[in-house]
Amino acid sequence: MRGAEGKTALFEARGLRKAFPGVVANDDVSFSVGRGEIHALLGENGAGKSTLVKMIYGVQRPDEGEMLLEGRPFAPRRPGEARAAGIGMVFQHFSLFEALTVAENVSLGMNDAPPARALERRIREVSAAYGLPLEPGRHVGQLSVGERQRIEIVRALLQSPKLLIMDEPTSVLTPQEAETMFGTLRKLAAEGVSILYISHKLEEIRALCDGATILRGGKVTGRCDPRAETARGLAEMMIGRALAAPAVADWKPGAPKLSVEKLSVPGAPPFGVALKDLSFTLRAGDILGVAGVAGNGQDELVAVMSGETRAPSGAIRIGAQPIGHLGPDQRRARGLLVAPEERLGHAAAPDMSLVENAILTGRRRAGLAKQGFLRFGAARRFAEGVVSRYGVKTAGLDHAARSLSGGNLQKYVVGREIEQKPEVFVVAQPTWGVDAGAAEVIRGAIRDLAKNGAAVMVISQDLDELMELSTLLSVIAGGRLSFPIPTREVTVEQIGLLMGGGSAAEPVEIGLLHA
Amino acid sequence: MDLSALDPVKLALSLIIAATPLLFAALGELITEKSGVLNLGVEGMMIVGAIGGFATGLNTGSLALGVAAAAAAGMALAALFALMTQYLMSNQVATGLALTLFGLGVAALAGQDYAGKTLDVGGKLDIPGLTDLPVIGPLLFGHDALVYLSLLMAVAVWRFLTRSRAGLVLRAVGENHDAAHAIGYPVRLVRVGAILFGGAMAGIGGAYLALVQTPLWVEGMTAGRGWIALAIVVFAAWRPWRALLGAYLFGGVTIVQLNLQALGVAIQSQYLSMAPYLVTIIVLAIISADRARARLDAPACLGRPFHAAS
Amino acid sequence: MLELTRRREASKAMLWLTPVFAVILTIVAGGLLFALLGKDPVEAVRLIFVQPFLDPFSRTELLVKGTPLVLIAIGLSLGFRAGVWNIGAEGQFIMGALVGGAVALAFYEIPGVWLLPLMCFAGMAGGAAWAMIPAILRIRFNANEILVSLMLVYVAELLLSALVSGPLRDPDGFNFPESRMFHDSATLPILISGSRAHIGAAVALGAVIAAYVLLERHLFGFRIKLFGQAPRAARFAGFSEAGLVAACLGLGGALAGLAGVFEASGPVGQLVPALPQGYGFTAIIVAFLGRLNPLGVLLAGAVMALTYIGGETAQISMNLPAAAINVFQGMLLFFLLGIDVLVNYRLRWRRAA
Repeated sequence: MRGAEGKTALFEARGLRKAFPGVVANDDVSFSVGRGEIHALLGENGAGKSTLVKMIYGVQRPDEGEMLLEGRPFAPRRPGEARAAGIGMVFQHFSLFEALTVAENVSLGMNDAPPARALERRIREVSAAYGLPLEPGRHVGQLSVGERQRIEIVRALLQSPKLLIMDEPTSVLTPQEAETMFGTLRKLAAEGVSILYISHKLEEIRALCDGATILRGGKVTGRCDPRAETARGLAEMMIGRALAAPAVADWKPGAPKLSVEKLSVPGAPPFGVALKDLSFTLRAGDILGVAGVAGNGQDELVAVMSGETRAPSGAIRIGAQPIGHLGPDQRRARGLLVAPEERLGHAAAPDMSLVENAILTGRRRAGLAKQGFLRFGAARRFAEGVVSRYGVKTAGLDHAARSLSGGNLQKYVVGREIEQKPEVFVVAQPTWGVDAGAAEVIRGAIRDLAKNGAAVMVISQDLDELMELSTLLSVIAGGRLSFPIPTREVTVEQIGLLMGGGSAAEPVEIGLLHA
Repeated sequence: MDLSALDPVKLALSLIIAATPLLFAALGELITEKSGVLNLGVEGMMIVGAIGGFATGLNTGSLALGVAAAAAAGMALAALFALMTQYLMSNQVATGLALTLFGLGVAALAGQDYAGKTLDVGGKLDIPGLTDLPVIGPLLFGHDALVYLSLLMAVAVWRFLTRSRAGLVLRAVGENHDAAHAIGYPVRLVRVGAILFGGAMAGIGGAYLALVQTPLWVEGMTAGRGWIALAIVVFAAWRPWRALLGAYLFGGVTIVQLNLQALGVAIQSQYLSMAPYLVTIIVLAIISADRARARLDAPACLGRPFHAAS
Repeated sequence: MLELTRRREASKAMLWLTPVFAVILTIVAGGLLFALLGKDPVEAVRLIFVQPFLDPFSRTELLVKGTPLVLIAIGLSLGFRAGVWNIGAEGQFIMGALVGGAVALAFYEIPGVWLLPLMCFAGMAGGAAWAMIPAILRIRFNANEILVSLMLVYVAELLLSALVSGPLRDPDGFNFPESRMFHDSATLPILISGSRAHIGAAVALGAVIAAYVLLERHLFGFRIKLFGQAPRAARFAGFSEAGLVAACLGLGGALAGLAGVFEASGPVGQLVPALPQGYGFTAIIVAFLGRLNPLGVLLAGAVMALTYIGGETAQISMNLPAAAINVFQGMLLFFLLGIDVLVNYRLRWRRAA
């Protein structure tokens, strides 16, 4: 194996297979990680990376194949066994307990945790040694995302792991935070710890990793030394076809559609983020991209736009009409439509059919209810239109929303709003978890909407997507929204700095992202 | 109205007796809820504990055996609840209601031969010299063993939750069962254990009613105490020492109302009997009003079903 | 190893099959229980489930018992669907009977066709007002409606007892704690002559149909279902939670109150402390057994009424304890909730790895 050159393999997987009802998540997956190697597991969403990692960590067990750790057979039946054998894990969606303290959280992730006092001391030691500052007595609910990740890393390090698994560690970090973490990882590798680094971010992998295994559709499609590959080459291995260069949109903004003026909303206790003094204007044809690290006020921004959170009436206007005090239904009537991030349970009711889910937001603007009575015929025709125009794959309109795959439901939810011809459209994470083909359909629809005179706001953590899609860009950090600037004039450095809550005026070095 | 008939020591003693069953049941439910499970069947588990304890106590003459039987009876019902909610994924609210309806029926059926009988299994502490001291003698050294056990349990539950590893795991499971599962804790097993503990404690609470407080068996004798115990857990914000306070507060309300009735206050007795229920409602409203506080105190996964994907 | 896998969507067939399975399992387990009590299980089951159909009077009694159960369960099922847990219907039933009964007593011996409608209206208002207490406390103070509505059952029972031994007591009743018998204008017309089946049965049927239309065709029903399944989606859709809580509890209270008036002015004919027979609690079982669906509730109400009447017969002729029927009913709910797993999960065998 090329990745393990010159070093003895610490971990090896041979022919792993794992199937779930209806899907083979991993099929004949083999790879190895050398001692002190930072090895990348590269693949798109849904390529089978998470399943693979869960098998190594003992959360799930392979149907076929075997694993070797230091040359000996390794088949953990539960995470405790994996930890005892020397596997450390940093989860993508943190396995943390908000109401408990940092020390308690660390303790829970260890097999034989020392007594409280001693543990607090060791947390301080390790966090100092690796540049991961943490206060053991604080409650996790009060911490930022970056701090939370540090807990996970410290927790893993306290057990002196031989193999440290990092599952999409930078997906929620600012570029600066990510860089700090890379430093930690390099230091660990130099001390002989092997690292399995799971990501779909190409630049990051080229800058950090010594070897890489590429997964697509649950199978290994390539092995390489990422330092010797171009980002484009890696992407082609990962996606399986050449990337198209992003098209620059033709953009001539028209009359103001939505204006937000000095909008402040207190954060919902206990852990909500307060929105502070938001002001911006969207004109017809604008696509405003809102970048930012998760948990900086995005959810609150979506809620105050949809009307789930009320605001002072004059703080939000459509045209000249104040609508801040209105609820979701009345805002829809005035042309402001919203597609929130969470598809199941927020944008759509999981156990309701697609027809009923059409009524959910379309009962007024699409005329799907009349004098309190539901018009199922009209709702069916409307749902049919969305399904056919957005290529939603479904067994039928009477099937429950939760029976759809994530990408298809996303197409349905976004399509449902766009088909109602919004004047102003706010969409969060429009292509999150969606395959490349579907993502293009959704982006195309958003572009067309703006071209036809609507104003659009796209809230996303995917910077690449925002760079490609938006005409204006702004960053949300700590509940504040930076002044929108034309996307063409923005540099990644500016965005990165803003995401960390700094000011765009200061110059900044971001070596890693462009190394 | 003759206030001189009120003896403060006697009042305090009867308050402790009224509070003890509530304390047992509330502590049990507190542990259950801390693990993320809402068991509304406390009333049902209490009443099967009451009849189980009473029947065993009457037939064996032993307080200890009666209490053990009551705990077992409460646990048996709790086991049913655990099976339904943890393995068959049934709705916790509905299953808890079913447990109460079922428990009331079972207890009535089992108790038909015991109606109206009384017993005396004793069990009161009596230390010559100490128990005879004025005022503090009966207050500190004159109770039955179960009163001391209930106070001991309050301390034990508090120590368990805040100082022990197992308590930490239990809180973690109630806080975020997905994360607990991902780290490798047996979410279901922890919850089943917590549910069974809750059942045993409710059973003992019921036994106290039938064996010590009254001491006789009457159908439906728990009269809503299981529900009041549930309210005490909310009042306590899931903290053991506040559960102690809550139980004694509600015990006090009961005693005040009973004594007013005994004093012949010129109000129909039914209106006085409403007091514990009305106080429960008022206290619930006051405690719950601070939504932010309530959300922070309550275990985040309370009442949410858990089904591991793998 | 027996394993559960979540279905992609709920099985519609299982939705309607599981209550049938539950009834069958209950009959089997109930038979065992009766055998343990030393009674002939086959005879007991025959008495409970078959005998009521053979006797003409028992057949009409099905309507008498079924009416309050169905009326209350209809209201409860709307709330349960929305995640509003009103379990104090027994209290609302009592308050309905009390307020409606008080109207009857206030106009004692005054004839008039207007009196019954007035009583019904008053009873519905009484039940709804009682249910508004938990509603307001939940909306305004975030208090748990389960506990509040249940506590109010005890309060209502005590209030009934206080009033019939106080202001509403029959002046010529030798101090018995009960009211006068209602006069003719305050008594429900009989539906089938020679029986106790009253006009309330027709009203209950009307409530079933109205609730069905409301739930399946009207935005109000859509809102109820949406809040029950996905509260966040409901708020996103623009529905107010406070309004829904008030509407569900109010409607449930009104229907329970109406059932209370019917009971007082129908089969009982006066206010007595023993008026509440646990219908408010049994209706919870009816609501679940009927799948929280109005048509299902109608069938489930019939089944539960059967166990009441058959149970009474078995009590008399086999000396079966009254509590055995309560256990029987409790078992039914258990089996139903347990077996319900098959609606959302698939059961399959897998060899242990």
